[in-house]
Amino acid sequence: MYAQMVKTGVDHIQSKEEMSPEERAFQDRVDQDIKIEPKEWMPEAYRKTLIRQISQHAHSEIIGMQPEGNWITRAPTLERKAILLAKVQDEAGHGLYLYCAAETLGVSRDELMEQLNSGKAKYSSIFNYPTLTWADIGAIGWLVDGAAIMNQVPLQRCSYGPYSRAMIRICKEESFHQRQGYDAMTKLARGTPEQKQMAQDALNRWWWPSLMMFGPSDAESVHSAQSMRWKIKINSNDELRQKFVDQTVPQAEYLGLTVPDPDLKWNAERGHYDFGEVNWDEFYQVIAGNGPCNRDRLRTRVKAYEEGRWVRDAADAYAAKKAARTKAKAA
Amino acid sequence: MTDKKEWPLWEVFIRSQHGLAHRHVGSLHAPDAEMAIMNARDVYTRRNEGVSIWVVRASDIAASSPSEKGPLFDPANSKVYRHPTFYEIPEELGHM
Repeated sequence: MYAQMVKTGVDHIQSKEEMSPEERAFQDRVDQDIKIEPKEWMPEAYRKTLIRQISQHAHSEIIGMQPEGNWITRAPTLERKAILLAKVQDEAGHGLYLYCAAETLGVSRDELMEQLNSGKAKYSSIFNYPTLTWADIGAIGWLVDGAAIMNQVPLQRCSYGPYSRAMIRICKEESFHQRQGYDAMTKLARGTPEQKQMAQDALNRWWWPSLMMFGPSDAESVHSAQSMRWKIKINSNDELRQKFVDQTVPQAEYLGLTVPDPDLKWNAERGHYDFGEVNWDEFYQVIAGNGPCNRDRLRTRVKAYEEGRWVRDAADAYAAKKAARTKAKAA
Repeated sequence: MTDKKEWPLWEVFIRSQHGLAHRHVGSLHAPDAEMAIMNARDVYTRRNEGVSIWVVRASDIAASSPSEKGPLFDPANSKVYRHPTFYEIPEELGHM
């Protein structure tokens, strides 16, 4: 999940009796699966939570370009390079769709950029891990995008119209991301013993961080309960994580790779895989800014923003010059 | 860190094939119309989604108010006779 542990600002779930008439009417519409659109009345907490969730998601797409961008110039073939370039370009596009959706809730693009560049905003923990070998690019597409899809597909049905529409666009493109990753992994897994070892090593390093993407168990979380009631969260974190494990383990087996979890076992009774406990201490460390790449990601982001300033200034100056010319001609 | 003035927001409309109408696909920021079209190409047509792009400043769009949805659209509710299914055509006539 690209948005992790989104706070709703509520301390309990309101009963319908406690709600104001407006809140009740709003909740009734959500219950009936009627989409909420930008200018319509909505509870302040709904609006704020959505801004937090959508912008966190957008920031993740933007920062998410870095681990993969790292390999564009070193892709093994021209074809792989073109594919990776297209994928990273998609991530930028996804970030832009999502920023636009967030802006319909009354936050400005500059505020969002400022939150990201100042380090105030959060983005997914997964992008704070380094991409050490080419196999990591395959593993990211397969596992990270696979986990993202798990979460994004249900969000296509979320209650907020612009977010739902952005999710529909994103999901259409995301499937290419996962498939190209699995394809790259397949090549390596069927290659020389060294290449297969590289694929295994990437799986070893990305497996647990991918499971962390769904966030810690939220069975007891009032924020998750509230978000689910508002239909801006559709499944619980544990539910999605289980689904991801069930789907991914056979894919690893097909590649002849071993999932790095000694507790992983098919449970015929449950009809699901049992798996080991995620190291949540590590997760909280990464979220707190102490992951392997947190500082580097932010530094790179700010540098790109600063170094692009002259382009923005030039575009501004050109637009102003043209506007002045049009005005002079009209006079 | 923030630029002095934010670029205006543009709404983007794409016509997917000849013969179909332009359809709203999303929005973006750009300093002028020309840049908005160029950005729209990169953001909204990476997979051949379009043969034509319109951009319009979001601030130039006038919209009906959501709170007046009732009074605005009610009048059409009672006019079922505007739909072909309102009329029964004898079956032996076949398609009409």
